Amino acid sequence: MMLIPFMTAGFPTIEGFWKNLKELDENGADIIEIGVPFSDPVADGPVIEAASLKALGNGVTLELILEGLRQRKGQFKAKLVLMGYLNPFLQYGFERLAKESKEIGIYGFIIPDLPLDEDAPYRKMLSACGIHLIALVAPNTSLERMKAYAEVATGYVYVISVLGITGVRSEFPPDLSNTLRRARQAFRIPLALGFGFSSPEQLDAIPVADRPDAIIFGSALVRHVEAGRSVAEFMHRWVGVRG
Amino acid sequence: MRKGYFGDFGGCFVPESLIPPLQELEAAMAKFLPDPQFQSELNDLLCNYAGRETPLTFCPTLSKRLGLNLYLKREDLLHTGAHKVNNTLGQALLAKRMGKTSLLAETGAGMHGVATAAAAARLGLTCRIFMGADDVIRQAANVRRMKLLGTEVIAVESGTRTLKDAINAALREWVVTQKTTHYCFGTAAGPHPFPLLVRDFQCVIGRETRQQMLDRTGKLPDAVVACVGGGSNAIGMFHPFVEDPSVRIIGVEAGGTGEPGCYHSAALGRGTPGVLHGEYTMLLQDRNGQIEPSHSVSAGLDYPGVGPEHAMLHATKRAEYHPVIDRQALAAFQALCHEEGIIPALESSHAIAWVLDNPEQFKKGSNVVVNLSGRGDKDMDIIRKELGI
Repeated sequence: MMLIPFMTAGFPTIEGFWKNLKELDENGADIIEIGVPFSDPVADGPVIEAASLKALGNGVTLELILEGLRQRKGQFKAKLVLMGYLNPFLQYGFERLAKESKEIGIYGFIIPDLPLDEDAPYRKMLSACGIHLIALVAPNTSLERMKAYAEVATGYVYVISVLGITGVRSEFPPDLSNTLRRARQAFRIPLALGFGFSSPEQLDAIPVADRPDAIIFGSALVRHVEAGRSVAEFMHRWVGVRG
Repeated sequence: MRKGYFGDFGGCFVPESLIPPLQELEAAMAKFLPDPQFQSELNDLLCNYAGRETPLTFCPTLSKRLGLNLYLKREDLLHTGAHKVNNTLGQALLAKRMGKTSLLAETGAGMHGVATAAAAARLGLTCRIFMGADDVIRQAANVRRMKLLGTEVIAVESGTRTLKDAINAALREWVVTQKTTHYCFGTAAGPHPFPLLVRDFQCVIGRETRQQMLDRTGKLPDAVVACVGGGSNAIGMFHPFVEDPSVRIIGVEAGGTGEPGCYHSAALGRGTPGVLHGEYTMLLQDRNGQIEPSHSVSAGLDYPGVGPEHAMLHATKRAEYHPVIDRQALAAFQALCHEEGIIPALESSHAIAWVLDNPEQFKKGSNVVVNLSGRGDKDMDIIRKELGI
């Protein structure tokens, strides 16, 4: 099982973020999703939204994030993914972003407000630079639509566990296994399950045969950092499921 | 033309989890909107519940002063006090046909919230309205009206605590409640198919105006004028005239307080293209793509984006868009009160103001129709503060 932590860039401080990124990398992260803050994060719950607004208040911009990554190029074992809403990427200039991301060694992008129906030109610019645009599928995504995603999707698939926004949940919905089975049927690339993870014990509720290849945790980690605790401590809880 | 686009603008930039309900809505529109039974039920509601058709009022005093013939399309006389009810009755009826039991909506000034609450009550649907926490305080009277109509009002504390944050919250809620709930979007903006759906329901304004002018003057108006926030009253007035080159189409945006660098709501005149709330359109944003706060004395125009069809009409220059600042709108508000005996909404006062302040823009004797999108009762607290009455 791969571990994919999410952390908002510039949170809780700009320096603190870079320190945490390094610590995540040294403590078992296979992929790290770096949140690019946006003023109107419509797919996110209150924890990530507050972290985004705090990061913006700290003065973080996409330009600063890319500059910081450029300076640290080659220092990470984990693959790095930029996760953010379309508008800041658009205003930066999407083609320029794709090219610079290639130079920095970015593995992929997750853009929650860019569904299949709109993603073709952006997917093309990224793939020309060898960068993955990670597909997101949800419990209400039909098998047919998952198959349409599978025709173009590369990297891994972000499987959203519940119909809702990001945030910690105590349990998963009963149809989670169905969502995972549909995704497994449609895709040949790894499945990463996200939205709601806070502890490894939650995995026990998913039948072994249906379990994903990776798990993503965001809000729980952001809350942990907000409480002033170390990301290494958070990651240690998960090392057991890594296998 | 690409599906869901108006020229370069529009589209459907939403999280994957909102694609199925939007597709369901699109299919329902194709199935039910052309149905004569649906149209006849909607028409009955519009006529016998909401008060259509609305009058076209000639303004003798202002016309004489301006040297043109000024007419007002009286959407202010509709039930709940503004054009919003044209849309909410249509969407509520559609929601019933779709088998939904609840409505969910955002509101800024509260007019769309009240109109949604009324439609829900009338058609036996439950209703939840999201409203920025600052707007809940600024528009307390409308909050009480919604509650009286049996609606739950949820104050949104995140972000700038105004309309844009209410839309964010409503979209989040819809992800969770989509099975039973229709999102009754308030303006001709947002992800496809909302810009089309809302425009279709608001076009009754322009269609009636067209016929009324033909009956009264024997010809089409020389110009139609409307205020533009998200742009639903304006697109309802404009759309039926787009194919008539002789009709000048004029949208009026809120220019804010007017000092250099002030916050405003003129997304078309001073914005840049980008993506917010599911659509590619003109936005108020900084160079990093973060959405900037908007401002207007009229809460209904206080929005950092605009509907995609307006963005297209602006880009193709088929329509022109001008800013009017708070002070001009307040002066026009007073002029209409004193000279014509009509208390307009501050939103609609922007449209009036542009005509009052720019009569030289029209040939002498032109027939000019301004869409009086709402009445001013809701604005009494602001008026008291601004004018010291």
